[in-house]
Amino acid sequence: MTAPRTRKAAIIGGNRIPFARSNSAYAQASNQDMLTSTLDGLVARFGLQGQQVGEVVAGAVLKHSRDFNLTRESVLGSRLSAATPAYDVQQACGTGLEAVVLVANKIALGQVDSGIAGGVDTTSDAPLAVNDDLRRVLVQVNAAKTLQQRLKALSGIRPGQLVPDIPRNAEPRTGLAMGEHAAITAAVWEIGREEQDELTVRSHHNLAAAYDRGFFDDLLTPYLGLTRDQNLRPDSSMEKLARLSPVFGRGEGATMTAGNSTPLTDGASVVLLGSDEWAAAHDLPVLAHLVDAQTAAVDYVHGGEGLLMAPAYALPVLLARNGLTLQDFDLYEIHEAFASTVLSTLKAWEDPAFCKEKLGLDGPLGPIDRSKLNVAGSSLAAGHPFAATGGRIVASLAKLLHQQGPGRRGLISICAAGGQGVVAILES
Amino acid sequence: MSDWYRDLANSGVGAALTRRLGLPRPAVLRRYTPGDPLLPGPVVVVGTAGGRLADEVGAVLKEAGVTVLAADAAADAERLGAVVLDATGVSSPADLAVATTALAPAVKRLRSSGRVVVLADPATDAASPAQAATRQALDGLVRSLAKELRSGSTANLLLVPAGADASLAGPLRFFLSGRSAYVDGQVVTLSPAELPAAEAAERPLAGQVAVVTGAARGIGAAIARVLARDGAHVVAVDVPAAGQALAEVANEIGGTAFGLDITAGDAPARLVEHLRERHGGVDVVVHNAGITRDKLLVNMDAARWESVIAVNLQAQLDLTTALLAADGLLRPGARVVCVSSQSGIAGNRGQTNYAASKAGIIGMVRAWAPEFTARGATINAVAPGFIVTEMTAKMPMGTREIGSRINSLQQGGLPVDVAETIAWLAQPGSAGVNGQVVRVCGQSMLGA
Ligand SMILES: NC(=O)c1ccc[n+]([C@@H]2O[C@H](COP(=O)([O-])OP(=O)(O)OC[C@H]3O[C@@H](n4cnc5c(N)ncnc54)[C@H](O)[C@@H]3O)[C@@H](O)[C@H]2O)c1
Repeated sequence: MTAPRTRKAAIIGGNRIPFARSNSAYAQASNQDMLTSTLDGLVARFGLQGQQVGEVVAGAVLKHSRDFNLTRESVLGSRLSAATPAYDVQQACGTGLEAVVLVANKIALGQVDSGIAGGVDTTSDAPLAVNDDLRRVLVQVNAAKTLQQRLKALSGIRPGQLVPDIPRNAEPRTGLAMGEHAAITAAVWEIGREEQDELTVRSHHNLAAAYDRGFFDDLLTPYLGLTRDQNLRPDSSMEKLARLSPVFGRGEGATMTAGNSTPLTDGASVVLLGSDEWAAAHDLPVLAHLVDAQTAAVDYVHGGEGLLMAPAYALPVLLARNGLTLQDFDLYEIHEAFASTVLSTLKAWEDPAFCKEKLGLDGPLGPIDRSKLNVAGSSLAAGHPFAATGGRIVASLAKLLHQQGPGRRGLISICAAGGQGVVAILES
Repeated sequence: MSDWYRDLANSGVGAALTRRLGLPRPAVLRRYTPGDPLLPGPVVVVGTAGGRLADEVGAVLKEAGVTVLAADAAADAERLGAVVLDATGVSSPADLAVATTALAPAVKRLRSSGRVVVLADPATDAASPAQAATRQALDGLVRSLAKELRSGSTANLLLVPAGADASLAGPLRFFLSGRSAYVDGQVVTLSPAELPAAEAAERPLAGQVAVVTGAARGIGAAIARVLARDGAHVVAVDVPAAGQALAEVANEIGGTAFGLDITAGDAPARLVEHLRERHGGVDVVVHNAGITRDKLLVNMDAARWESVIAVNLQAQLDLTTALLAADGLLRPGARVVCVSSQSGIAGNRGQTNYAASKAGIIGMVRAWAPEFTARGATINAVAPGFIVTEMTAKMPMGTREIGSRINSLQQGGLPVDVAETIAWLAQPGSAGVNGQVVRVCGQSMLGA
């Protein structure tokens, strides 16, 4: 058998809605509402009404049980052809980028010629679950055959069971909030308050400048009255950020504030991918190609590694496979879950001991040119609706690379809950 | 948008009441839907000796399957859909007697939403003062008749210079059809042009690419819908902030949404690049985006003045210049239609900036017409009168009621009326309409 020929998937464009702060502009919108509207914005931008794309792949991190077929239901509600297949994925904050990789791989193998990848999340319309005790009783009631049996089962309900289970942004295996995990890592890598605030200010300023120069005009469609990300503070400054008290970590060493951590956010994003031939046949531009991607996971429970440090491990594998060094990129997009996460990751790559002992490399991966990092802003300013972040980054980076001209290379790094990470290379 | 007064005046009790009180009785206008016959009744064609357009008129009516009745048909015969007067033969004032001998009896037999179309030579081409006077007299005749007509009927004058006879068919069809519902008392001068052999009646813009600015709502959205209905792929442009509504319009009509602030420095370049990359060229450009920032001149700040000029006038100049300069981008036979306004013709208190911008458009269109002719293309302006939109719905009741009634049709127009006129100008068959300003105002009393 000969090896199948592969082709690189083209990133044609994207669409997202502005990201809203939790319980605000999108408080009444469901995941399906947001994903459907975001798909429709993409359809309008690229004239895909009634068309069938190969596959739509998306997901959400916080999901109602009714959203079991979220992406397919969103497709059915959208202007795409109802004959467009879809499936859901979920890899925590890696969902959006993983969805892009999945679609790109099918395109690469020739299994589909086009596809849409994306993600959506709402922390406003998050599912409230009944607690496990109550659920057991209700299941018994449902299973009861006679009225008597039913009443008997119902009499088993106790007041304490009537408290709903509210979803928490905490790791199931440690019970720690993600921010607490990040604070531990920040302490290990001795990440200071000032450098975190600096990164935060730069994120806000870069995002605001990108809006001002019209960068998002063809990447975003306003939604429910929002035309820009609600979390964006164009006038963010070191002085303002310095006034905030730490919310994660403890005592003297606590450096992580509500400013240099991403807030809970609602939003959705999608990316249109296709083969070069498909793009040409539809008179659509090719912004960039997805070159390669790699995931990794770390044992943050027993292994002593930080919860959000997995991308640090994924990167050298990706670089080696592609014969590249960390410095061979024109742009870097490192997801700003927390400012300290970005800085810890960069510091780890510069650290000879970490690179040798943990990554098994001969020497450090080295520093990057910080002026090439998150040049159009990132999650600290835009907000981070978990599954929607990957699509935001892929579409923005593809456009940035395209603007720089052909042959430019960009690196994406996204950390995710459960100690996972996804990294990917785009090239214009 | 509902016209409560028109509906009342057309109800049983309301009709009696308005008649008794001598109040205006606005009609429900005949508007076009695809598949409609050109006219809902037969036509009488009257003429004077020496008239030269009988063949052109006959061909249009025959192709449309319209019954042509003799001018002296029995008075109790079927009511007429239209009367066409070919006055190209007139040369002395005595020839105008046709008004009472032939035109009047036919006009009496017009049904509701009937049409009177008068065809004549331009006075400017006349061989003698007497001939010029006679031709110009028709102008007064038509404008006055338009004011006399009731029940949604209209009268318009088409000036057909020598050599432009072949240009008549498309414009004549428009003025007879329901597409011209709110165009009344207008004079349009045709010019010689290369006409396409045949035109698809239902989808005259099939295969064409049309750009509409300000397409997210109001008149622009209506233009986008009508151009799409007529077969065009519409690139719907509006400010990025209007993106959600813009996407809905684009999806409804199978077009594409292109978020662009037309006043941005790089807007012309971005539009050119977008059209080249995605469509390879463009056939129809409708400059519709517009804003108002009303204030009396003495209270007007620079920002109000400048923003209105920037959106309504400078952007149209810049975008059109860029499209003309982009090699091969404007396809042969391209159509540019610019939305002016009644205010640009009549002026309006508190709108010095707006009226200046809208009058400027008229100057621009006339100045550019020869260059467009040379390319086999056209550029025209449409000047809406009182059009019922979300914008006018916000006006105070009194102002709105008066604004909508002071025209011969005694009602406000609808966005679709402006859109139909623009779509007509965009048609291949409108090649002989260039540098014109067509008012869509129900023959407004303002600036008439
Ligand atoms: N409504 C009337 O009675 C009336 C009468 C005469 C003329 N007009 C003209 O008709 C046109 C449409 O009017 P309407 O009533 O539909 O108004 P509208 O305000 O409902 O719509 C105008 C559209 O233009 C868009 N727009 C404004 N500035 C823009 C810019 N810089 N770039 C891109 N898009 C921009 C707006 O976002 C809006 O969607 C305007 O030119 C107006 O002057 C209207």
